[in-house]
Amino acid sequence: MELVVFVLAAAMILVGGLGVVLRSHPVHAALSLILTLFGVAVMFVAQEAHFLAAVQVIVYAGAIVVLFLFVIMLLGVDRTEDIKTEPFKVQRPLAIIVGLGVIGLVTAAVVASRDVVATRGSGIAEPAMTDPDSNIRQLSRSVFGDYVVAFEVTSVLLVVAVVGTVLLTRKVKSTSKESQ
Amino acid sequence: MSALVAAATPTTTWYLVLAAVLFGIGTVGVLVRRNPLVMFMCIELMLNAVNLSFVALAKRLGDIGGQTTVFFVMVVAAAEVVVGLGIIVSIMRKRPGANVDDISALKG
Repeated sequence: MELVVFVLAAAMILVGGLGVVLRSHPVHAALSLILTLFGVAVMFVAQEAHFLAAVQVIVYAGAIVVLFLFVIMLLGVDRTEDIKTEPFKVQRPLAIIVGLGVIGLVTAAVVASRDVVATRGSGIAEPAMTDPDSNIRQLSRSVFGDYVVAFEVTSVLLVVAVVGTVLLTRKVKSTSKESQ
Repeated sequence: MSALVAAATPTTTWYLVLAAVLFGIGTVGVLVRRNPLVMFMCIELMLNAVNLSFVALAKRLGDIGGQTTVFFVMVVAAAEVVVGLGIIVSIMRKRPGANVDDISALKG
């Protein structure tokens, strides 16, 4: 059963990821991204991270991808771009070599260290049937206990991001009137 | 056949290898694509690959700190997307249809 879930979610993730890279239409790429994000959410559930799975669907698939689609529509770039032509002939083969190198090196490191990973620790306390909220409880103890300062700093980060974006995208009307 | 399926339970290594493949796909996308919006989506792919490996290792090593890190990565990713899309909107307003080669000079 676990194997079936893993295979299906991995297929979702890989098909979506390849779709983001290969589809020439930006809207199709954004929809492929949603497929990948849902696959990752399924993986989170399979790895006992229930709260993060919910956040993944709400924040990533619900907010970030919608923001992408808004910007695509706003800018009017929702047309197929020509990805057949390539200004630099050598760039694409080099990029593929770099990508395969990253995959190969990380996979080699993971496989080489699998015994270490397999022997350490006993795993997160399983929520199971007795306590369905244990993941959220553990995570909240961590966020609001050990990492509470970092949590407060993220609120500053979000405020700075919002104010900065408003300033960046604001149309400057007053100066254009003064110049006329 | 059923014994084979029962033996092949996904371990942490499977999840880490899948995350590596997803990260590689994102890397190739950032390097190959010319549309700044699609490059941003590929960066999201790479962030998700890292999140996946964090969650897998958090379960394996019995440390909830991995999931806390994923929580903060999501917050930073949201802030990064907001600021990045703001920059893209303000650039694209001046020159419609620009790709990353046109705007490589870093001047208005």
